[in-house]
Amino acid sequence: MQRHLISAADLTRDDAVLILDTAEEMARVADRPIKKLPTLRGRTVVNLFFEDSTRTRISFEAAEKRLSADVINFTAKGSSVSKGESLKDTAQTLEAMGVDAVVIRHGASGAPYRLANSGWIDAAVINAGDGTHQHPTQALLDAFTMRRRLVGRDAGIGQDLAGKRITIVGDVLHSRVARSNVDLLHTLGAEVTLVAPPTLVPVGVERWPCEVSYDLDAVLPKSDAVMMLRVQRERMNAAFFPTEREYSRRYGLDGDRMAKMPEHAIVMHPGPMVRGMEITAEVADSERCTVVEQVANGVSIRMAVLYLLLGGNEPAVSHARTTEEK
Amino acid sequence: MDNKQNKQEKPDTAVQASDARPVLEGPDIARVLTRIAHEIVERAKGADDVVLLGIPTRGVFLAQRLAAKLEEITDRKMPVGSLDITMYRDDLRMHPPRALARTEIPGDGIDGRLVILVDDVLFSGRTIRAALDALNDIGRPRAVQLAVLVDRGHRELPIRADYVGKNLPTSLRETVKVLLAEEDGRDTVLLGAKPTS
Amino acid sequence: MSKILIRGARVLGGEPQDVLIDGETIAEVGAGLSAEGAEVVEAAGKVLLPGLVDLHTHLREPGREDSETVLTGTRAAAGGGYTAVFAMANTFPVADTAGVVEQVYRLGQEHGYCDVQPIGAVTVGLEGRKLAELGAMHESAAGVTVFSDDGKCVDDAVIMRRALEYVKAFGGVVAQHAQEPRLTEGAQMNEGVVSAELGLGGWPAVAEESIIARDVLLAEHVGSRVHICHLSTAGSVEIVRWAKSRGIDVTAEVTPHHLLLTDELVRSYNPVYKVNPPLRTERDVLALREALADGTIDIVATDHAPHPHEDKDCEWAAAAMGMVGLETALSVVQETMVDTGLLTWAGVADRMSVKPARIGQAVGHGRPVSAGEPANLTLVDTEYRGRVDPAGFASRSRNTPYEGRELPGRVTHTWLRGKATLVDGKLT
Repeated sequence: MQRHLISAADLTRDDAVLILDTAEEMARVADRPIKKLPTLRGRTVVNLFFEDSTRTRISFEAAEKRLSADVINFTAKGSSVSKGESLKDTAQTLEAMGVDAVVIRHGASGAPYRLANSGWIDAAVINAGDGTHQHPTQALLDAFTMRRRLVGRDAGIGQDLAGKRITIVGDVLHSRVARSNVDLLHTLGAEVTLVAPPTLVPVGVERWPCEVSYDLDAVLPKSDAVMMLRVQRERMNAAFFPTEREYSRRYGLDGDRMAKMPEHAIVMHPGPMVRGMEITAEVADSERCTVVEQVANGVSIRMAVLYLLLGGNEPAVSHARTTEEK
Repeated sequence: MDNKQNKQEKPDTAVQASDARPVLEGPDIARVLTRIAHEIVERAKGADDVVLLGIPTRGVFLAQRLAAKLEEITDRKMPVGSLDITMYRDDLRMHPPRALARTEIPGDGIDGRLVILVDDVLFSGRTIRAALDALNDIGRPRAVQLAVLVDRGHRELPIRADYVGKNLPTSLRETVKVLLAEEDGRDTVLLGAKPTS
Repeated sequence: MSKILIRGARVLGGEPQDVLIDGETIAEVGAGLSAEGAEVVEAAGKVLLPGLVDLHTHLREPGREDSETVLTGTRAAAGGGYTAVFAMANTFPVADTAGVVEQVYRLGQEHGYCDVQPIGAVTVGLEGRKLAELGAMHESAAGVTVFSDDGKCVDDAVIMRRALEYVKAFGGVVAQHAQEPRLTEGAQMNEGVVSAELGLGGWPAVAEESIIARDVLLAEHVGSRVHICHLSTAGSVEIVRWAKSRGIDVTAEVTPHHLLLTDELVRSYNPVYKVNPPLRTERDVLALREALADGTIDIVATDHAPHPHEDKDCEWAAAAMGMVGLETALSVVQETMVDTGLLTWAGVADRMSVKPARIGQAVGHGRPVSAGEPANLTLVDTEYRGRVDPAGFASRSRNTPYEGRELPGRVTHTWLRGKATLVDGKLT
């Protein structure tokens, strides 16, 4: 792994499997009476959130605290800090306080990349979602959820998602979750199909390692997992689709549609769900829907990423370990 | 990362079969474990509240072998599990992060039980310190004991083993490597010289 | 009056000749001219061109003197071999009145590094609603002939039509920044494979091409001429080629950066590559080079757009669009057009001096290097190769995409009406 986690595309297959395996061990900590490990004691992690996202921040915070890191939360939402100087100045201020890692959520695509590569700071940078670019820990927790459900909790150790057919449905154009998932799932050997109205698929998608379909009903029977993306109602006003009703009729997942999926197939959603839009309550509350599981898995994945980036004197890299004293 | 390499929890990987000499062979190891099993039964008065926890990687196999012997002797099911100490190590900052091994606590837990930690080589004692910390987060045993296949000396902490397969005086320039059939294809303990770097 | 003898220069890249400047004028061109009474500039091996003319410069004064002033901008121009620059109207206040254009014009005259010809805004405040007083600006001391809302597109078809018609009365030309505004809302970079991956808002080629197509048809309909600023796509080339084949009076410019750089560079998220129109694909770059070579694109214009450091030292979305270009333009043109065999030095003189002067009606510029002509000249060491070091720029801003890049060619001397503004690479 590199020193930072900016994009799911930066992960090799072995890196990704290592993170998933490590997360599987981290998950077991949650079953213990004391849900805490001393691993990152004395390390300081700042959660630098320029965009409101309570769930992601809480998930990172829980992961950091379970690893005994010192946690600083910095929320800079709102337009007053939308100027670029703020990112640089804020980051440098935090670094002056001795921060070892910055978990950053930012509305501008590329802000974490810039933070990691501009020479502004030395700390490790973990991307917690940037604009419409990437959200790598979300993709990892999704892959983790799929591996558990489709391969098995123990059987999955050391395994990837080779041959699994994953369908991602919805606003691909504006989705960092879709981008990260396409990259990571492809790396893990899965076959990804994007389903969306043509208006919500980016120009240039033809170079992505996936298929694109406009017909949800045709794809469902061939899916091992169906991931529904949130569709914001505002998109309707920008003429991406005519009406909410037409959208849900063509691209929403309801009980009838779910019945077309193979029996073992699961329904996923990165949350927050817009019930009645991309997903009906019947589907959202069904046994096959993994939304709640995904949240729990998010903590394990983030613990794994934090451990593998910060747990040693350097990130877990792709070379043999040095000999050491026992 | 190469998972295979990282499975070696405490690698004395520098030891090559060619420049190392065996100090315990297969049959010796079996004999030693039988003796330790008897000692446990004797000192733990029947061993009815014993839980064996092996420290990955090779400590786990030794714990399983010990459990099998104990079951033979006591004719009772012996709870056995594993305790990964990676995230409790005091030298985490000195190396790249290691892949984690499995921690598997037997169903009834460890509260009020006699936990016997099992490892292949006792050296500085730091691994066992980490194991004691890890145990602390899992429960409160009645007592904790330590069984090792080889004690090679050079302790850096006030820790000693309750059951020792073989005391092996070594110099710091030497390496000790335990090979077990489950992981390495054969049973042997090798004493070798550290490569000069 | 002082005499200067430029000895052994390859005039327009041809055979070595001597050029004698007497006062403000070229007195004689020929072999073995007498150096008597003249200061001699040894120019063996160097190429002598007519002083370069930039039809598209942002000098930022008045209003954004933190990024550039008329003084620093014209010094940068002289350093890049320019003797005349056209200053865009998007200043604060906007150059939409006779008063502002005269101020800019006078500042250029005072400093004396380079002639500054102000461009007037087409619409009041660049807002695209109401025509600015185009006639008054033309009649002012600045004598404005080029009008542009550059930075913004005159997107209202009726306003564009009226502007095209109106300037016919005094032979003006409207220079269009072709960017359909609705198609480029939130645009951050070229729309395509790279934008899809980076998650940056797309600036589709069609947003430029549709406006160019409309405007050439409007120009044809009202019998006026139109100039296209910073043309950047292969599709735009096709439209202009078609328009010219129909006899439509259209001219077009390309920037040096669009001749060299592609949107692949945006993968670094380094805002130094953020520019409007955005860097396009390699296919576009090659089409632009070919079009400049075959004359479909008439001229090279820098779109020199200085920005202070803080406007680029930030995340991509927050950064300003634009690049400085005056001091690197000729080197980039040599790299992309001359060293590739697409254009001769005579061709460079045509695209960077003769034609821009003609389009902008810059009197005394873009003239032949021959006796009796104004001594506006640029001497280039074409053998030079070196890395671009922004620290050496005369411009107040450093937002160049070429930092550290090796480029060929270096302007060593520039003369503005016989007066040296650049000697041995140093500004006077």
